[in-house]
Amino acid sequence: MRKPGKKKLIQIYKKMVTIRKVEEKLMEVFSTGEIPGFIHVCIGQEATPVAVCSWLKDSDYMSTTHRGHGHALAKGIDLNLFMAELFGKSAGYCRGRSGSMHIADPKTGILGANGIVGGGIPIATGAAFASQYKKSGQVTVCFFGEGATNEGTFHESLNIASIRKLPIVYVCENNGWAEFTPQKTHMPIKKVADRARAYDMPGAVVPNDILKIYEKAGEAVERARKGQGPTLLEIKSTRWHGHFVGDAQKYRLEKEVAAAKKKDCIADFEKKLLKDKTLRKAEIKKIADMVNQRIEGAVDFARKSPLPDQSELMDDLYV
Amino acid sequence: MKEIRYIWAINEAIKEEMERDDKVVLIGEDVGTPGGSFGASRGLYDLFGPERIFDTPISEAAITGLAAGAAACGLRPIVEIMFMDFMTICMDGIVNQIAKMRYMFGSQFKVPVVIRTPSGGGLNAGPQHSQSLEAWFAHVPGLKVVMPATPYDVKGLLKSAIRDDNPIVFIEHKALHALKGSIPEKEYRVPIGKADIKKEGTDVTVVAVSKMVHESLKASEILAQDGINIEVIDLLTISPWDRETIFGSVAKTHRLVIAHEAVKNFGVGAEISAAVSEEILDELDAPIMRVGAPFVPIPFSLEKAYLPNADQIVAAVKKTMERTF
Ligand SMILES: Cc1ncc(C[n+]2csc(CCOP(=O)(O)OP(=O)(O)O)c2C)c(N)n1
Repeated sequence: MRKPGKKKLIQIYKKMVTIRKVEEKLMEVFSTGEIPGFIHVCIGQEATPVAVCSWLKDSDYMSTTHRGHGHALAKGIDLNLFMAELFGKSAGYCRGRSGSMHIADPKTGILGANGIVGGGIPIATGAAFASQYKKSGQVTVCFFGEGATNEGTFHESLNIASIRKLPIVYVCENNGWAEFTPQKTHMPIKKVADRARAYDMPGAVVPNDILKIYEKAGEAVERARKGQGPTLLEIKSTRWHGHFVGDAQKYRLEKEVAAAKKKDCIADFEKKLLKDKTLRKAEIKKIADMVNQRIEGAVDFARKSPLPDQSELMDDLYV
Repeated sequence: MKEIRYIWAINEAIKEEMERDDKVVLIGEDVGTPGGSFGASRGLYDLFGPERIFDTPISEAAITGLAAGAAACGLRPIVEIMFMDFMTICMDGIVNQIAKMRYMFGSQFKVPVVIRTPSGGGLNAGPQHSQSLEAWFAHVPGLKVVMPATPYDVKGLLKSAIRDDNPIVFIEHKALHALKGSIPEKEYRVPIGKADIKKEGTDVTVVAVSKMVHESLKASEILAQDGINIEVIDLLTISPWDRETIFGSVAKTHRLVIAHEAVKNFGVGAEISAAVSEEILDELDAPIMRVGAPFVPIPFSLEKAYLPNADQIVAAVKKTMERTF
């Protein structure tokens, strides 16, 4: 599999940093009450969306979950319009109707985040069916957590995708927790990837290491693109924060959280980039500043954008 | 009497019934050590352990079907479905199995399942976490549907529901979870199938469902300033609903408004309105008015504009006062 060149590495790094900083900013803004509803951040899990989406074109499809900011940003969503949606503003992608949990952008192939655990899995499978049918060469990536693999939709979809050799990659981000419950309470197995065997498709466990995920995702996307069928990837990632912002995660031991935070996919990558001189300290600082500036700009854009007008409430329910 | 929050009243009802009857088990996602997503089962795992507090994977379809089987074989499961929106995943279990098992199999089975689920908006939780789908379940023969709005009623009705030998869809309102109210120290139950007159009045009958009970009581204060005295009836049980109380009230006031948070189209209000028209049309002095949500999904940021409220109830009451046949 092709190794990423210097330009690609820097691009990947920037995207990971963007996701981390967007999530940190969101946590800060959310706690002031400026963003309504609830949000789920993916801090600690930034490697997966970036690595996987690096292999995708705008025309490829992607479906995500309640914890979907990283996937949307990695797939290429516009930061300003994304932020405006989270603020519930009319300039947002979904006109303020979706908020964080349902954001979608067909232009970049984002079929939607989902408030229903497991809800996106058959939808992504359907997108793959459509591209196979149209012989368009598009690939679909379907992101979900390990908790979602206990839903019937997961099993039914993988079975169907395998029968029809659909061009799809199922990416399970196993952060060990479904809401307030650890994996072992809900699954007799340790590796979600083992579930692939039941559907006669390749399954692989990948550590939360950007380059390893990049490599495995590349193989899976290529396999899908060539019409060889679906793959199930399981990324062993970590959830640093609560299930939603505001969840103090009292159900987790402090030392377990501390250990999770030690496994920092961004810091690890940064070290590597510094070591092999892909980036220097000053450049890293520059990237951070630039990303921060873009985020401030997006928050500003969202703040200034008006709320949807009440008169829009009934608009466009039907075509 | 003691003060208690709605969510704790639920907790007490489950605890008391589990203590009373060891056939009662609680099944649901995060109901174990986390104590439930909204806290309804806090402390219960410590009291009853993992056999009776069954913390399940995220598998709504399976746990609903499992409850049907367990109930047919002698247990009395309480299933918690975290948000009413996720009930859609349980539809086969509830509609084709649980609701029909008794009748379809020649009345040989009892299926004493209680499916508890929080409905409603108010938290800006968006289109897939805010719905009120009671009418779906009220449309299915074999189910009873209950929708309490106060700590007193939620505890008393949940205890009755757990003891009822029929399957019950028990719909809480998540925006009421923190509401405080008084309940007796001593054991009590509230009967299923009985509405409750929350405020007596003479001019217009307002039948309210769940959170709209509180909006109707607010409306009643606003209307009192104009000298209009409404009767607020808390429907409490959606199916089978209390015709006697509602018909009696309409016979007294001759005007009827029905308020619910669910979309107005094909809602509970439509059923009550139709039944009143069929049975006691001659008692009415004005057309019946319904207050309900507009016919669109619940938007994230326009939630406030979407949700029915006291002002809309006031307007509907005034309209029935102005209009006559
Ligand atoms: C059908 C359904 N059931 C339950 C929930 C409540 N819920 C939201 S997220 C979640 C846990 C999901 O865990 P996982 O799939 O591992 O994803 P993670 O949150 O770890 O990213 C649950 C149970 C839901 N949104 N939808």
